[in-house]
Amino acid sequence: MSQRTFKVWRGDPNGGAFVDYRVEVEEGMVVLDAIHQIQREHAPDLACRWNCKAAKCGSCSAEVNGKPRLMCKTRLDALPPHEAVSVSPMKTFPIIRDLVTDVSWNYTVNKKIPPFTPGPDANFLMQQRDVDRVQEFRKCIECFLCQDVCHVLREHDLKPQFFGPRFLVRVASLEMHPMDSLDRLKLLKDEGGVGLCNITKCCTEVCPEEIHITDNAIIPLKERVVDKYYDPLRIVLRVLTGGDKDRQSAGR
Amino acid sequence: MNNKYETHEHDVIIIGAGGAGLRAAIECSAAGLKTAMICKSLLGKAHTVMAEGGIAASLANVDSQDNWQTHFQDTIFGGKYLNNWRMAELHAREAPERVRELERWGAVFDRTPEGKILQRAFGGHTYKRLAHVGDRTGLELIRTLQDKGIHQGIDVFMECTITRLLKDGERVCGAFGYWRETGRFVVFKAKAIVLSTGGLGRCYKITSNSWEGTGDGHALGFDAGAELLDMEFVQFHPTGMVWPPGVQGLLVTEAVRGEGGMLRNNKGERFMEKYDPKRMELSTRDVVARAIYTEVKEGRGSPHGGCFLDISHRGAAYVKQKLPSMYHQFKELADVDITQEPMEVGPTCHYAMGGLKVTADNGATCVPGLYAAGECTGGMNGANRLGGNSLSDLLVFGRRAGMGAAEYVRRAPAPKVDDAGVENAAAEMTGFFGRPNAEDPYKLHLDLQNAMQSLVGIFREEKDLTAAIAKLEEFRHRAENVGVVEGQRMFNPGWHLCRDLRNMLTCAEAIARAALLRQESRGAHSRIDFPKYDDYWGEHNIVIKKDGQTMKVERCPVVKTAELQPLVDDKKAKEKK
Repeated sequence: MSQRTFKVWRGDPNGGAFVDYRVEVEEGMVVLDAIHQIQREHAPDLACRWNCKAAKCGSCSAEVNGKPRLMCKTRLDALPPHEAVSVSPMKTFPIIRDLVTDVSWNYTVNKKIPPFTPGPDANFLMQQRDVDRVQEFRKCIECFLCQDVCHVLREHDLKPQFFGPRFLVRVASLEMHPMDSLDRLKLLKDEGGVGLCNITKCCTEVCPEEIHITDNAIIPLKERVVDKYYDPLRIVLRVLTGGDKDRQSAGR
Repeated sequence: MNNKYETHEHDVIIIGAGGAGLRAAIECSAAGLKTAMICKSLLGKAHTVMAEGGIAASLANVDSQDNWQTHFQDTIFGGKYLNNWRMAELHAREAPERVRELERWGAVFDRTPEGKILQRAFGGHTYKRLAHVGDRTGLELIRTLQDKGIHQGIDVFMECTITRLLKDGERVCGAFGYWRETGRFVVFKAKAIVLSTGGLGRCYKITSNSWEGTGDGHALGFDAGAELLDMEFVQFHPTGMVWPPGVQGLLVTEAVRGEGGMLRNNKGERFMEKYDPKRMELSTRDVVARAIYTEVKEGRGSPHGGCFLDISHRGAAYVKQKLPSMYHQFKELADVDITQEPMEVGPTCHYAMGGLKVTADNGATCVPGLYAAGECTGGMNGANRLGGNSLSDLLVFGRRAGMGAAEYVRRAPAPKVDDAGVENAAAEMTGFFGRPNAEDPYKLHLDLQNAMQSLVGIFREEKDLTAAIAKLEEFRHRAENVGVVEGQRMFNPGWHLCRDLRNMLTCAEAIARAALLRQESRGAHSRIDFPKYDDYWGEHNIVIKKDGQTMKVERCPVVKTAELQPLVDDKKAKEKK
């Protein structure tokens, strides 16, 4: 059995620092195993969230070597072998303690989205091909890694103006549900800030459920908003001149 | 340390926010009650998300012969006739409507070619009965209820752990707890309480349960005077991962077998032929778990101490579509491509059939104002639960417990919480700090898990059970001196574990004592020294009550319903053939 060094961020809203721990490494181990070992042997008060340990609940989100990851899914043998492993809390959300951040903003955003509302004539006969896309979005485990990595939230901290990828996916799952009867496009345009996304696809890259967040959810939503709220002729002109309102609006 | 606490007042508080808690909360708030839901984790992370294979309901979308009567019969046959008949009846009758309701609330199940809800085969179910979404049905259920619930005006208190139920005379009047984030204390006053805290799998070393499964509702209810039923029946799911070590016990859904997965030993034999030639891999969980255990023990196991489960014959595209999360789980955590090669699996502690004794129709415990639903209750599943019956249980009885609590609240007086009870509960929590030579909670937890795994596991016998009870007595003494050195209360998992341990010890003792008394083998309870069914025990459940500081273990006759007798007789006759 070999040992590895873990640099774990310890601290609270007043500040903190990386603390080194030596961990016994066994085959097939993931970062969360190491964190648990540190709790057992060195730091019983090391704060971290976890539940299922199977990448199904989305609780153990953190940044491993600076990259947003689920700790339960990040194997040590996939990380550079001769370097210390750094583990820090998600940067986009306020620190509570150690690896635990305050993600309550996400729950506030979710509440703003009008729920599924079937029409009076909904018979719930739906073909599989018509729900495939919605099912893709509903795979989301709410790990909030997409929110963590999104420039609009991470660098520009535009939380009051932008729902973030997670909740654009949520809106998409409702808008594309064959039996839903509401129109959430105005909400998307105004409060949701769908135009702020500049399609860098960082969210898609970090999604542990491999949801095509940008291509399948955000871009179609942008198109729907544009179709509904903007003059089609100007859209044509914009495309022809290579200008894209969405790309110019944020993140530069 | 600051012991001041905040107070909230509601008509009803729901403790636990998995499927049962959410469904109960929705029912209570729809009835106009001021409703609070309290959960140890963030909302939507409860163990319900781990349910994979599906939700059992006789919709008859795929097999048109299916009906509630057959579902009822399958359930009590699976439970080896120890189920509360009325619960099994209500469950079978109401599950289809609960599934349709879920769909109306936004759940998107897999479809049949006609566009209806698709159903799959599962162990112990006569017909294709499990409505499902790939292999992530639990996530679909919890997310649907969550998104429904947040628009109903339910007050949700996340990352808050309840450590004690407060009483006013006989009735409950509230609960005491702490915020995980700050470590500060909080009191919830309420006329009624619904416990929906889930399972107790963390008592065992190899378990599919998350850190939350510490038997809180079992223990909180028991301490408040409620009775525990059928505690000896702990379900070991036949297929948990066995390798790598970090994921040992992690669930491998029964849907793998439902979709045609085959179990083999290291000689390549489909060994289920020996144990249940009729149902093979889709036998009930107790039978399959014992079969795998026996194969391993007799030297026919896989390299890491399990057996092989193979689905590769169904083809890569099919496997990836029907079992996507299993595909990813094995690929990423074990370097195994299940579309090409077999998985290694072995039994893992998964579910508690035993729990708080409740009235079938309204989820009432014997304590006025205290209701319960879901895994923390007993009676629905008898000696063994069928796969898929858990998610339907949550919805059927979550709703009914909510209705029961709402009915009670209408005639209940305003809650009166006395300061002494609160001070006492606060002192328990602060007592874990500053103990000289304190016992390490992590070490004690590991010792408890090892003892339960080796002495009160799949196969049991008197000498082991007696040894377990003695050990638990010793652990209880050690638990009195458990503590944490780090003196701060903000999000301190070591401190939290100190209190969770007490709940686990209560559950573990109840399991061991009931297992010792039941001198027979039935369902999930297998006694090496009493390997056969016993007619007397086939008519009796075991009930455990609090008697001062000790446990009073009693027998009581199975709750039957005269009108259901023909259905039960019919099933017994069929199974004898």
